[in-house]
Amino acid sequence: MSKAAVSRLKSHFGDKVLASSDFRGDDAIEVAVKDWVDVATFLRDDDKLKMNHFVDLTAVDYPEREGARFDLVLMVRSVEKKHRVRVTTKVADGTKPKTLFPVWSGANWAEREIYDMFGIEFLNHPDLRRILLYDEFIGFPLRKDYPIDKAQPLVPYRDAPGLTKLPPFGIDQGQPFGRIRWDDRLREGANGSGRAVSPSIALQTGERRALSDSEVAVAQIEELAMRVEEEQRVKQEQEAKKDAPAEG
Amino acid sequence: MELVDEILEEEEGALELPADPMRLNMGPSHPAMHGTIRMVLDLDGETILNVDVQPGYLHRGFEKSCERGTYAQVFPYADRLNYVSPMLNNVGFALAVEKLCDIEVPERCQYYRVILGELARICDHFTCNGASAMELGAFTPFLWMLTVRDWIWDILERETGARMTHSFGRIGGMAFPPTDGFKDDVRWILPRVIKVVGEAETMLAGNRIFLDRMQGVGGLDQKRALELGVTGIILRSTGVPYDVRKDHPYMVYDRFDFEVPVGEDGDNWDRFACRMEEVRQSMRIIEQALEQMPDSGPVSVDDARITLPEKRDVYSTIEGTISHFKLIMEGFKPPKGEVYSFTEAGNGELGFYIVSDGSGTPYRIRVRPPCWYNLQATREMLIGDMIADIIPTFGSINMIGGECDR
Repeated sequence: MSKAAVSRLKSHFGDKVLASSDFRGDDAIEVAVKDWVDVATFLRDDDKLKMNHFVDLTAVDYPEREGARFDLVLMVRSVEKKHRVRVTTKVADGTKPKTLFPVWSGANWAEREIYDMFGIEFLNHPDLRRILLYDEFIGFPLRKDYPIDKAQPLVPYRDAPGLTKLPPFGIDQGQPFGRIRWDDRLREGANGSGRAVSPSIALQTGERRALSDSEVAVAQIEELAMRVEEEQRVKQEQEAKKDAPAEG
Repeated sequence: MELVDEILEEEEGALELPADPMRLNMGPSHPAMHGTIRMVLDLDGETILNVDVQPGYLHRGFEKSCERGTYAQVFPYADRLNYVSPMLNNVGFALAVEKLCDIEVPERCQYYRVILGELARICDHFTCNGASAMELGAFTPFLWMLTVRDWIWDILERETGARMTHSFGRIGGMAFPPTDGFKDDVRWILPRVIKVVGEAETMLAGNRIFLDRMQGVGGLDQKRALELGVTGIILRSTGVPYDVRKDHPYMVYDRFDFEVPVGEDGDNWDRFACRMEEVRQSMRIIEQALEQMPDSGPVSVDDARITLPEKRDVYSTIEGTISHFKLIMEGFKPPKGEVYSFTEAGNGELGFYIVSDGSGTPYRIRVRPPCWYNLQATREMLIGDMIADIIPTFGSINMIGGECDR
């Protein structure tokens, strides 16, 4: 951190530097959101500052504060001069600060994360999408009013255009299991000879997938039930025949 | 060639290839993707036209979770940021809170932190280089290098009780003083690690396949690297000698004599070589720290508002019980204010931006994960390369999901 950087900024921007602090040696200034990009550009381009190394950009939520709700916090350093400075600005909920992407392209993901976590949108950002969370996420988790134990609703399958098949696939759907379609090539008459390569081909290509254990079990139970029913029917018929002559 | 040309002339459009770029989805669950990360690639043949890197599959809400406990309860979370070198994160967070409170830990603790941190750094570099080699088909160097990690983990286990997630840092010190055999243990592995560094380099640096896949692949321009916020090995491999230990010395790093290795081209090979050289420099630091470290003395600041009392006092004195209760239930209360503290972690500048409102719970903790900005630069490194180059490039970035996605 550097005192010289802060005094340079103060001499250049004058009243636009709203506040400055050096708590624990961290030199920081505060500017208005309308000067946000100007200050950043000056930090990068000025010969005495040369802040060409982007360090971090983040936000802090102060929901109880009157006026602007969020703080944007920018940290940059200079490789040559080895000094750092922290710049903060206040952003009201719903207003859109300008993006810092043209100044340091490292701000790209940082701003995407701020949008993701705080819901602050940046003007002219090239690619403002959620980055850590998924698109269907409801709310902005690092805002103080987002309860930490809040559950998110289940999300249905994404409706992707052109995606017609969804798992589970049937036997004849989805990806083929081999690159070579042997059954096509070996089908009777496929290679122009007019005859089957082997008589057992029909046997091989009959049923593809073996019945699963549960299906086998169900089939066995059904078979058993049918047999028991049949036996009972036969027994009843025999008893009926036995009883009939005795009455007669 | 002639034959193909003839065919092309004879049958117009017979060998017409599809000209549209193909979209390929890589990850999130891919064996060569360290952790879970998704890349959507636009390919022209095998050449990468565009990449959309999509992190976030390991997002656990670190920063949100920190806002509900005490400062001391952040240490286990900090362990799980970069789980390959958890000690560096522990120390980094401890230093941040200490900066906020303006306290300095005893000298013995500073040396102890340096030695443990450098051991963790060696571990981190070896794991990354070994995994990179393994993904390129060289399995032996991987096991060779992980042997070192095991030696280091044995030492860390003796010191902290855990092999991986130590939770050993405390605000104002460390959990326990060094064990009696600590210095001897570290001195035992020093020559062996140096030997393994040499052997690993011999195995890989003369390997044509390895060189071909590393040299000139995944290059990054110096100016772009700075703009993108890249730090650590990746920045140094482009030729910028930025090391937090050297440029903004913290703890006792200004007392040691060590070099900062830099590369030239910023390609995979430079990153590999820088890591290897940095292991050697870490060994130098450890050697000097072992010499200078006092054998006795406290490892925690003597302040009942910060340091937990000894267990013996907790169970036998009323002052100890009250102090313990207050520190556990309310947490210690740093002054109001905000600080940004940064250290050199395994992958680069690990920063903690802490906003305190004067209570025992952090108002906001922002981690500046080095991986996050290094991963952002991956797009620039990959565009123009072939699809097979993703594996060595992504391996040499050493993206750690726990740190990147938090």
